[in-house]
Amino acid sequence: MAHNVYIYILIMFLVSYAIRVLPLTLIRKQITNKFLQSFLYYVPFVTLAVMTFPAIIEATQSTLAGAFALVVGIIAAWFGGSLFSVAALCCTVVLISEAFLV
Amino acid sequence: MSDTPCYNLKEKDNRRALVEGMRDGIPIGLGYLAVGFSLGIAARDAGVSPGQNALMSLLCNASAGQFAGLTLIAAAGSYLGMAIITFIANARYMLMSCALSQRLNPNIAWWHRFLLAMGITDEIFAVTISRPGYINPNHAYGAFIIASPMWAMGNALGCIAGNIMPARLVSALSVALFGMFLAVIIPKARESKVIAGLIAICFAASYGAAHLPLISKLSGGTRVIILTIVLASGAAILFPHSEDISTESEALLEAEGLPGVEKNAHYKEVE
Repeated sequence: MAHNVYIYILIMFLVSYAIRVLPLTLIRKQITNKFLQSFLYYVPFVTLAVMTFPAIIEATQSTLAGAFALVVGIIAAWFGGSLFSVAALCCTVVLISEAFLV
Repeated sequence: MSDTPCYNLKEKDNRRALVEGMRDGIPIGLGYLAVGFSLGIAARDAGVSPGQNALMSLLCNASAGQFAGLTLIAAAGSYLGMAIITFIANARYMLMSCALSQRLNPNIAWWHRFLLAMGITDEIFAVTISRPGYINPNHAYGAFIIASPMWAMGNALGCIAGNIMPARLVSALSVALFGMFLAVIIPKARESKVIAGLIAICFAASYGAAHLPLISKLSGGTRVIILTIVLASGAAILFPHSEDISTESEALLEAEGLPGVEKNAHYKEVE
């Protein structure tokens, strides 16, 4: 079955907007269900972690360069690097290490 | 019932909030430009055109969500799969939206809620909520009208220039997005042993899922959905978490060391 990119985009828009607009317009009280509250709390960490690894070592030409970027990125983020600086640092690490590895 | 608050730009305070928001939007936009470029490369690999990618960026404003969506497009996944993965990758915005709802003047005009929702991203939420008192929507609009076009532009440029750039540079820029994800999750791991352990387990489980028989045959997007539901449910059962949602979100975002948070501390309350 062929899929249309514009339908994909429309679905992405509708779902991501609904997520943002529904709590803001409908929910006036905090969620009280303990499991749901905890689940929603952990979701961002799990999703982002799962998407980062092993993808980061598969995105680069050299697996080792991706691994270096991961380690340096974790250290920089641990010491409070901003989104922009951690991202830039990871790119720099790959650029430099692939100059030697590839 | 008290009166509906006035956020009309004829008021000097509102115009000032808009200008301050635009100023806060500049560093955010520069970050978006770089990360968007990296996402544009992923979009090109998924067979999405620069125009389509810019449209997707303007409508969705979500790095992780768009990346997850592109993974699914590349794998020619189902429309239902797209709805599920978009929901999962963007679930954190639901928490931010909850937090934001507590910071609005209860009598705010309804359409402000619909407009503000469009701009809930990690960074814009951070600068919006960093200001004391009720949120002046004009500040968020200011940040959004600067940062969002830069996000779309970065995405389109990555899609276009990814073709003509040397492989080495593409390879380097491909990790920008992952670096940004690390900057969101790692600071919390420093504060919480549960989060630190959870992230380590996520890495191991994700590596396993990518290489073990059967599950590695599933698409990347489906694996993300399964891993997220299993691991987040497990963590929720073993380590129930309840904290005040607004202070929680602020703590998470302060830990990211985002630009504009400190310099906004002295703003007088705008109501």
